Formats: sequence, structure tokens, C-alpha cells
Amino acid sequence: MTRLPVLAILWAWLFVLLVLPLGIVLAIALADSVDAVPPFALGVSVEAFRTVLTDPLYRDALLASLQVAGVSTAACLLMGYPVALTIARAPVRWRDPLVLAAMLPFWTGFPMRINAWIGLLADDGWLVAALSWAIGAPIRLLYTDAALYLCMIYTYLPFMVLPLYASLSRLDPTLREAAADLGAPPWFGFLRVTLPLSIPGIVAGCVLVFVPAVGEYVIPELLGGPNAQLVGRVLWAEFFANRDWPVAAALAMALLLVLLVFPAVVRAVFLRSIATERE
Amino acid sequence: MACTTEEPMRWIGRAFFCLLAMLCAVAPSQAERVVNVYNWTDYIDPAVLRRFTAETGIAVRYDVFDSLETLEAKLLAGHSGYDVVTPSNEPSFSRLIKAGALAPIDTAQVPNWANLDPALMRRVARSDPGNKYGGIYLYGTIGLGTVPARIAALAPDAPLDSWDLIFKPEHARRIAACGIAMMDSAIDVVPSVLRYLGKDPDSTDATDLAAVERTLMAIRPYVRTFASGGNLEALASGRICLAIDYSGDVVQAAARAKEVGKGVAVKYIAPREGAEIGFDMLAIPADAPHKAEALAFIDFVLRPDSMASITNTVRYPNAVPASRAAIRPELLADTDVFPTDAQLAGFFTIGPVPQAAERARSRVWARFKAGK
Repeated sequence: MTRLPVLAILWAWLFVLLVLPLGIVLAIALADSVDAVPPFALGVSVEAFRTVLTDPLYRDALLASLQVAGVSTAACLLMGYPVALTIARAPVRWRDPLVLAAMLPFWTGFPMRINAWIGLLADDGWLVAALSWAIGAPIRLLYTDAALYLCMIYTYLPFMVLPLYASLSRLDPTLREAAADLGAPPWFGFLRVTLPLSIPGIVAGCVLVFVPAVGEYVIPELLGGPNAQLVGRVLWAEFFANRDWPVAAALAMALLLVLLVFPAVVRAVFLRSIATERE
Repeated sequence: MACTTEEPMRWIGRAFFCLLAMLCAVAPSQAERVVNVYNWTDYIDPAVLRRFTAETGIAVRYDVFDSLETLEAKLLAGHSGYDVVTPSNEPSFSRLIKAGALAPIDTAQVPNWANLDPALMRRVARSDPGNKYGGIYLYGTIGLGTVPARIAALAPDAPLDSWDLIFKPEHARRIAACGIAMMDSAIDVVPSVLRYLGKDPDSTDATDLAAVERTLMAIRPYVRTFASGGNLEALASGRICLAIDYSGDVVQAAARAKEVGKGVAVKYIAPREGAEIGFDMLAIPADAPHKAEALAFIDFVLRPDSMASITNTVRYPNAVPASRAAIRPELLADTDVFPTDAQLAGFFTIGPVPQAAERARSRVWARFKAGK
């Protein structure tokens, strides 16, 4: 009896904050673009979806975004896993301070940190000067793909470390000891025991990094080169520069579809790998 | 069980009540008069706002935008809550009029409207026939922001008074080493390219647009960055040495570079082939909640002494000739700020463009940015 109101609140919440907004976005995607307030006329027109599906601009932007997000996710995983493992295996009294250290960047606002990077990577900054001196040739960082990837990884690394740590810290250390007792060298024990058991953490971390990274707007806009026409920027341009809300909404729906498919694929791949492991 | 669910519910209820109480405390009472102003960044003398409040008792809630896109998106969505906005004559002002997003201005309530220069107001009539929806706040041209010493070092033969500087690949290629920035705005750049190519800046012709695209693509490899919201900082700090930019931004960048004293000398160029002159208009959204206060604000801003303070601060010229007496002499003498009549005659104003042509332009722009 007492569960019912709680459930009702939950459903109302989901409806108001998820279903309703999605419905509005879909309605705008099916509307016509006009010069008015608001700049669309409701209707059932597939014109916006046709534009998004046929114009190679959108496909290229989506593919570029998937690539940037994919590389960033892989890099975060490779860098984040040792970090999470180190924290999880550290003495208990060290763990909380270490986790806190991993989360410390969140204490400063995101735009502030990105602006700090702009200063760090600028042509007249000490970092560029030092690297240029070390290489012996002038280099540039700001407004390049290197800057884009650097800041994507910097920004999203904590989102990888935290779920990995949560998963790794729950592992029973006696499992590793058992593997060692049975003659497994540490690397083998890691590959056959720790790694498979941390797959839920890996999946959670990858999804947490990949999904927002695909739609990332601020980092490519402020640090990336002009050829970094990622889907977030293209969406911005449709909405603000072209004032074409239907095309922007259709693009958002397409992006959502891709992002819904991704976690499903990751889950399926990992679940299958676990299944084959058990066979 | 009942206890465990009712307890948090009561807490949520209390928290909600506290939140409501706080909101009520923060919101101004009905009796207090306010005006919500939405203006470009770095585009006001704050002292004018203080004087307005002191004289009229109307509080100013001041908010800024850095691109016309943001302004238009908010106004087109409706219920923006703003009472005074400053869209540029083209494309935003004319488009907002067409969309029914602006209210006509009751000039009887604005005695200082008479201070506006009729010749300049006539130039805006193409966007707003009869000047019904707005008065000129400030104006400027779109030209080139340069660091002449660094350009001369890389390309000594490049003409420092022409669009050739950026649109000729042989010059752009060499200048690229010290940084070329493009204003990220098809609506501001495409008409200038058309003019550079000797075409009508309002052209919607497909072959003209193709010529624009060829011109832009030829210099695409040399563009380091596309900046929205101007290149003021990048120019002033010497991060770039050539940019398409608003005149006033470059003049401000020059002043800031001088203050910093790192030896970067910034100069504005209104190219000899012709530069687009743009007007930022004082306008009132159709659904503005405080229309009477908005009219009072516009009237106050159009006073000669207010306008002089604003121009002295932001280094953009205004359209109130009576303000000149109080404007700093070095600004009046600077033709980059106040163009001569001969210069004014060479500047062009753009008109409205149909939506299909706009879409074609923004497609060209997207390809230009993507570099393919």
C-alpha cells in the first residue's frame, strides 16, 4: 500500500522530465521551420529527418564525434584502470583521500578549468615553449586535435576512475590469493580473476564517458580546431545560427538513437565474453 | 512501514516550503520598478545604468549576449523576460520584426528620439521601413583587425588596406604563421566576400555564392580558428595577427594591448573595397513585461550625455550628434571610431535575405568550416 505513492512519484517524475521533453523534441522535429515566435509550425513533416539522413554533413559530424568519443573512452580506460586498481589496493586509510584526490577537479567549475587549459596550451604559454624547445621545432597545441583529445581525456577521466574503483574495491582479495596459491603469477591472476570480475565497472565507466563525450560541445568549441565539426557543434549551428529548430530536433533524435544503441552493444559484447568465459 | 515513507514525505514538504519562502524573499516586490536589459558584452558604460536608476528609481537587471544567434534564439522561443534588447539591423533586427517578436516603439514616450541622426536612421529603414521598431544604439563596420608589424614581417608586400590581405591565398599563406582568425558568422562574412568579389552584397545568386565558396576554401588551410563573439582577447594578446572583426572590438583590442604593454600594436582596417556598416538597435520585445520602463530606459540612453559616456567607454560611435561635445577628442579624431563622410559613403548596408538563400549561405559556411 505504501509503495504505491512512491511509485507514482517516480513515474510522474519520469514522465515530466523524460517522456514529455522527448515528445516535445519529436514534435518539433516533425514541424515546419517558419519565421515566427516560436520559429516552427506544428505538423507532420519528415523534411527535417530527410535533411539529417541525406546531407553528408550530419553523417560526417556524427562519425567524427563517435571517433573522438571512442578514442577518448579507450584512453580513459587505459589510464583510469591502473589508477582505480592502485586506489582499490591501497591501504584502507589511504583510499578515501585518494578517491577525493581523483574527484578534486570537480571542486572547480568546468568552464574555469577549460579556460585554464586555454591559457596553458596557448602559443605564448610555457608548455608550448618547453615542448618546442625539447623537440627543436615550433609546435602548436591550442585549436588542434591534440588539445581536443587532451582535454576530453582530462575532463572524462574521473568518470572512468570512480565506477572502476567502486567495482574493484568490492572484489574479495582472497580470490587473488587463491589464484596465487594455485600457482598463477600476478599477471595471470589479474587477467583471469580481477579483470573479468571488474567488467561491470568497465562497462559503467565506458558508458559514463562515451555517451556524454559524443555530444560534447564546449571542449571542441573552445579548444578544438575548426575542422573538429563534431555533432554537438553542428547541432548548435542548426539551432542558433540557422534557427532551424526542426532540423536541430531531428539531429538530436538521431543522436539519441545512436547513443541508445551503444550501451546495448557494449552490454551484449561483454555479456557474451563472460558467457564464453564460463563455458 | 508507514512511518518510513511518511517521514521523508514530510521532509520533502518542509524543504519545498522553505524553498518557496526563499524565492519569495529574493523576488522583488511588485512595487519596485525594474527593466531587464539584454545587451552585447562590453557594450555599456556601467555608470549610465547607475545614473538611470538614481534618476528614475527603476532598477536595471543587466544581462549580456555574445552572439546574435543567442539573442535570436531567446527572443524566438518567446517569454524571454527581457524589456530592452540590442539586435543588429541585419539580419536579426529585420528578422525579429518579420517574426513579430518586437513591439513598435511609441516615440511620443521617448523625447530624446529626436536626437537620432536622420541620415543614419534612413540607412536602417531598409531593415525597418518607417523606423517603427528601433532606434540606433551604436554602430560599426566589419573589417580587419591586424597586428601590422607582424604581418609586415611575414608578408612585406601585402596591402594593409585591402580585403586582399585575408582573401588572397598568396598573402594568407604567409600571414598564417602568426595566426588568422575568422569570425564564425556566415551572416557577417558572406556579404563582405561578395563585395570583395565585386558582387552585390545581398546577392542570392547561386553562381555568386559558388564564387564566395571558392574564395573562402582557397584560404581555408590558413585559418587557425573560428571565433564566435569576436577576437578581442586573441588580438590584444597577440595570439593572432589577422582577423575579420567588428571595428569597435578591434579598437578596444588596440587599447587593451596598449595597457598590457607587451609590444603588440593592434590596428583596425576598413578595407578600401568597402566595409559593411552595421547598426545595433535599441528595441523592445513584443512580450516585454515592463514596456513603460523600457521606453524610459531607451529615452535615458538616447540623452546626449549618456551616449557620450557610452561611446567614451566602448569606443563605438553613436547616432546622437549632440553627444559629440562630450566625447573624448582623440576618439572623435580617430576615423576608425568616427568614420569621415567620405568613408561613410563607401560603406555598404545589407538588406534582408530570403530564408532559402540564408540556408544556402549557411551550408557554404558549414562546408567552409569543415574544410571540405
